[in-house]
Amino acid sequence: MIFLRYAVWRFITMLLTLAVVSVLVFVIINLPPGDYLSNQIAELRATGQVEGVAKAEFLRHEYALDQPIWKQYLIWAGAAPGPQGYAGLLQGNFGWSFEFDRPVAEIVGNALWMTVLVNLAAVLFVYLIALPLGVLAAAKSETWVDYTAGFIGYLGLATPNFLLALILFYYGHRYFDLPIGGLMAPELEGEPMSWAKVQSILLHLIVPTFVIGTAGAAAMMQRLRANMLDELGKPYVDTAKAKGLAPARLLAKYPLRMAFNPFVADIGNLLPAMISGSVLVSVVLGLQTIGPSLLIALKSQDQFLAAFILMFVALLTLIGTMISDMLLVLLDPRIRYGARG
Amino acid sequence: MTALLEVNDLTVGFGDAAPIVDGVSFCVNAGETLALVGESGSGKTLTCRSVLRILPEAAQLRRGSIQFHGSTGTAELMSLPEKAMRAIRGDRISMIFQEPMRSLSPLHRLGNQVAEVLRLHRNMGRAEAKRCVLEQFEQVGFADPVRAWRSYPFEMSGGMRQRAMIAMAMVAKPELLIADEPTTALDVTTQAQVLGLIRSLQKDTGMGVILVTHDLGVVANMAQQVVVMNKGRVMESGLAKDVLGAPAHPYTAKLFAAAPMIPQVATPARPPVRDDVILELRNVSKTYAMRAGGWRKPVTVSACQNVDLQVSRGKTLAIVGESGSGKTTCARIAMGAETPDEGGEVLFRPDKGAEPISIHNMDRTERTLFQRQAQMVFQDPYSSLSPRMRVQDALTEPMEIHGIGSAADRRDKAAEMLSWVGLDTNMLRRFPHAFSGGQRQRLSIARALTLDPRLLICDEPTSALDVSVQDQILTLLEDIRERANLSYLFISHDLAVVARIADEVAVMRAGVIVEQAPPDTLFYNPQHPYTKALIAAQPEPDINRPIDLDLVAKGAGSPQLWPEEYRFEGMQAPALRELEPGHKVRCHA
Repeated sequence: MIFLRYAVWRFITMLLTLAVVSVLVFVIINLPPGDYLSNQIAELRATGQVEGVAKAEFLRHEYALDQPIWKQYLIWAGAAPGPQGYAGLLQGNFGWSFEFDRPVAEIVGNALWMTVLVNLAAVLFVYLIALPLGVLAAAKSETWVDYTAGFIGYLGLATPNFLLALILFYYGHRYFDLPIGGLMAPELEGEPMSWAKVQSILLHLIVPTFVIGTAGAAAMMQRLRANMLDELGKPYVDTAKAKGLAPARLLAKYPLRMAFNPFVADIGNLLPAMISGSVLVSVVLGLQTIGPSLLIALKSQDQFLAAFILMFVALLTLIGTMISDMLLVLLDPRIRYGARG
Repeated sequence: MTALLEVNDLTVGFGDAAPIVDGVSFCVNAGETLALVGESGSGKTLTCRSVLRILPEAAQLRRGSIQFHGSTGTAELMSLPEKAMRAIRGDRISMIFQEPMRSLSPLHRLGNQVAEVLRLHRNMGRAEAKRCVLEQFEQVGFADPVRAWRSYPFEMSGGMRQRAMIAMAMVAKPELLIADEPTTALDVTTQAQVLGLIRSLQKDTGMGVILVTHDLGVVANMAQQVVVMNKGRVMESGLAKDVLGAPAHPYTAKLFAAAPMIPQVATPARPPVRDDVILELRNVSKTYAMRAGGWRKPVTVSACQNVDLQVSRGKTLAIVGESGSGKTTCARIAMGAETPDEGGEVLFRPDKGAEPISIHNMDRTERTLFQRQAQMVFQDPYSSLSPRMRVQDALTEPMEIHGIGSAADRRDKAAEMLSWVGLDTNMLRRFPHAFSGGQRQRLSIARALTLDPRLLICDEPTSALDVSVQDQILTLLEDIRERANLSYLFISHDLAVVARIADEVAVMRAGVIVEQAPPDTLFYNPQHPYTKALIAAQPEPDINRPIDLDLVAKGAGSPQLWPEEYRFEGMQAPALRELEPGHKVRCHA
């Protein structure tokens, strides 16, 4: 079974890539001189609070920040024993956030799922909008349908996200009674999952999805339109016409299938672009995703928190690319058979 | 004889421009083949596409009528509503296109694509449609119909894809088949088989056929009626035997004169003298390792094996073979663009009696000199000239690179070469897009000549051109060879083209030379079954000399089916033996 072998092979390469990414993430975070604790110690010394220094020194040793960087990495990854023995990513221990003075897992916890939710909704939005509009624009190219779709698309591309967010909040609240900010009603936070909570989350998701998704949808639509126009001129379309196929069925069966490849291949690219794009949007909209925490962690060199969030984003991206690669293999026999057609 | 399709005064045009098809009329009878003949731009494709109204969006059917007298009554196709037209397409009238490579969807299995016709028009269920399609696949000559059903188009050769296209067109048993250059993209032996297939299907079903072609040889083999078109108008039409036997219109006569033919030879040629060899390929082989994908082992492919060839000074050696035979690989190795495998070498003697230079072991100065003395003319004149360079810049660039002469000298040389190839010197300031295909090929030749080369390697220099233009280019190449004492290594897939220009021909098949002789010897006394097949497959514009399909099938098939003395299996081809002086054949002793 070719597909199964490919899937296994692809999964193994994904794990290898993840390992490489973890090294890069760790090295880049440690590139600026100093770390959170040494900065703190310097500050304590400068302000004369000597009693705090001992605690910080203790933490530095406790979290192995006094070790050479390669050893720090291995301890963080869980491949070498640290002061507490093996306790790294591999063991499911995500480290300690100095900024918040709590374990990383505790800070990130719920925000992880909210991030996944917000971005999945945005990706879905991108595809649901771009697919029909792109196909329609190509099929009716150079008519008012095409021009209108193109105009809306460029408008979406050109409007800054935060501006779009503010506009939508204002009008959404005024005319449709949509909630402003957050991902659920404040009284439901911390409550167990319930129907009311799901409803509240869905209602809160509308504006963020729209804001994060428009630019991606506009770009995707234009790409699909261009691909479709290329395909519509190919001889196999004439062949299908000569068979007597009706235009709508013809379009869906032949050129759309061909134009679909780049569309599918983009899943992988879409995820990281959205997550990094949504960091700012999350701050502006007050969404409880990992975006705001990432911003704080990077600013204060809170290295374990920052590293964990970056690893999480990398994992999402890799999963996205893996999914799109596997879909491509399923969709396109030319890739499956490694031939050129 | 009942008329099946009557086209009257058909006029098609774009926008406000003059019509591209102007007042064309013809009539196709049931059970007969009508050939639409013409060169590129004659409007023949637009004419046949008008019948099914599969036209570019901007095209307008301006005038005329297209009456289709089908079994379900007469319909006027010009004004039929789109929905009724769709019911006719693929069902009563079907079409085969020129490029089998691109006319099938690469993402759908052949079975799916062919069965679609039945599911559309016959309302058949899955199982019944499959049964019919498998039957049709068998009829068009698929050895294993079930496998063909499961295959994707890219898994098949061009000939097999065209068979699948024919199956798709035939499966609903149409009354009229329109075939738009169905064999132009195919090798001659494949062409012969596909034409034979269309003919036998026609005999079984009694359908009418419109065959669009530029090849009078194909016409002679297929058609009862002929319509000759030029610049959108009908030049001459009538019964094939009349038109081909005694062309009345000067344009038809011109097409005839230009059609390349394999001559009927009375005596073999004398063996070539080899006292002054300019280029020598010794034991040249080339294998490529193909990487099949991340998780599979690479496959090695042998492009050519143990090729020994000699080009005499002032003569033309032609390598003839079908696609994939390794002829272009040989040319690239001879140019020094590729290195042969261990053990092979290519020797070049710039002057008579000079010390030979090994092309793949040259130092810098030798290489620069060789690059001046050996030039190449490419197949596609449309893509081998930069669209952003004026003719003058394209012609002087080689001299600039080699630092020859002053700017004025180079301009003079460019003008001189332009006049050599029969173009006017006031064309120097123009861009290539202002030239026709034939003129562009003249430009390519002029560019190759600017460095005063000794050796010209021509890779299918005429196969992208119309027959009448091809004729002119061949004449030009012959003239220039005499005038500049050039030697040619000429690559072609067409024996008839080679018949005219070559002093010696090497026939290649699957990477090995199977027969080698002067053309007259080859045509007088072809020995190898593959050579015989190539000669037999060449369509002659003479209705009394039809293609001998048996001979073609025998020679073009697997080497295991050849007569005993030529037969081999796998890569174990026998050695090339000299039967008589100057005539080598690959056979067992």
